[in-house]
Amino acid sequence: MNKHIVKGYDEDLKGLRTLIRHMGLLTIEQIRKATQSILERNDVLAHEVIDSDHEINILETKVDELAVRILALRQPLASDLRMVVAALKISNQVERIADYAVNIAKRTLILDEMPPFPEVEGLSTLVKIPKLMIEGALTAFETYDVNLALEVWHMDHKVDEFYNTYLRKIFDEMIADPKNVGPCTQLLFAAKNIERIGDQAQNIAEAVYTMVTGKSFNESDILKNAPKV
Amino acid sequence: MPLKIDVRDLNLFYGDKQALFNVSLGFPEFQTTALMGPSGCGKSSLLRCLNRLNDIIPNVHIQGKVLLDKEDIYAPSVDVVELRTHVGMVFQKPNPFPRSIYENVAYGPRIHTLFKDKTELDEIVEKNLGRAGLWNEVKDRLHQPATRLSGGQQQRLCIARAIAVNPEVILMDEPCSALDPIATARIEELIDELRERFTIVIVTHNLQQAARVSQQTAFFHSGHLVEAGETGALFTMPQDERTQGYITGRYG
Repeated sequence: MNKHIVKGYDEDLKGLRTLIRHMGLLTIEQIRKATQSILERNDVLAHEVIDSDHEINILETKVDELAVRILALRQPLASDLRMVVAALKISNQVERIADYAVNIAKRTLILDEMPPFPEVEGLSTLVKIPKLMIEGALTAFETYDVNLALEVWHMDHKVDEFYNTYLRKIFDEMIADPKNVGPCTQLLFAAKNIERIGDQAQNIAEAVYTMVTGKSFNESDILKNAPKV
Repeated sequence: MPLKIDVRDLNLFYGDKQALFNVSLGFPEFQTTALMGPSGCGKSSLLRCLNRLNDIIPNVHIQGKVLLDKEDIYAPSVDVVELRTHVGMVFQKPNPFPRSIYENVAYGPRIHTLFKDKTELDEIVEKNLGRAGLWNEVKDRLHQPATRLSGGQQQRLCIARAIAVNPEVILMDEPCSALDPIATARIEELIDELRERFTIVIVTHNLQQAARVSQQTAFFHSGHLVEAGETGALFTMPQDERTQGYITGRYG
């Protein structure tokens, strides 16, 4: 895309992209640490996640402030307007994702107060795709890549599949011994948080789609045109 | 909405220089259409074709049709003075006559004898100053010189003068460029009200103004109509790269 005649305008928009990238990287790291904390029952790591959350909240506020400033002072139109609106939505969704990471870390702390309970296999696999989705969605935002955004959007059904498989294992453990219900409930919440991260990443992909194409995201149209797998 | 004005395959030449190339554009009735584009793009030339104001320029040559209510305004039988009572115009700088406020509004109805007696003329003056949102500000000084009014008031007086002869279309050429933001807001509000009775065509360099006041926007570049469409769609999702570059302030 051509540069603006007013250089400061380009710098403002770049600033917005940089803030979102920074938020995204911190959030992906939060998810990684939160998952590791629950898998290793690592309280220190869990506390780190909880304590770092405010950094992401601060970044979200910065995105809000810069976006409002751009709207007021630059009065963006067309693709610029769509980008600023997308940035506002995306920062909000990334902030929510970071909250899910905190919630997972809190499960670690609760689990640690319970009698030791063996790992139910599947959580580390479950978290892989949502992480890829966030990375992909944020790259699509930076590069205006609508195909990548759609690819990310379609990945969510895999997350749902893994989530359901994990859920069945958890239920089996609960049925096997009522003593397992406590810790299994915590793992179930953690898995639910991961599944929600996939949904939020899907929302980011939808925001990118609208930013690039100027069209509202219509789920049934997208599914109709999706390549058969 | 039916088309009040329908421009078809319009080519405009000033001597050898072509200013408009095959422009076709419909102006829906009771809507405001904004014409925008960089200086020299042809938007004001097109505006001036709509009431034959270009006729006074020597060596001007026009091909194509401009239909007002399906009648070609360039047909030989058309009386240009009569045409301009149907298609009024407001210019960039307020240009009241150096007469009283009252006489400015009464001027058109007088030369076209649109009234029976003084009482009816008084009514016409009051009604049109009212429609232009100026009556309450000037009713106690109707016979003072119009030039004593502020710039914004003068421009509303020019609008009152333009609508006093009951036109159907009002052409506005950058009507707010000499006004402050408050006076501009008043004119924009007025444009929105006038739309109930008139079809409005406005040339503006102010993108936000085009976005605020119009229902349809047309973008011109180098004498060509690049694209025209519903204003909201054009400002959020322009179809042509030249429009996108212009409205986002990028190098072309």
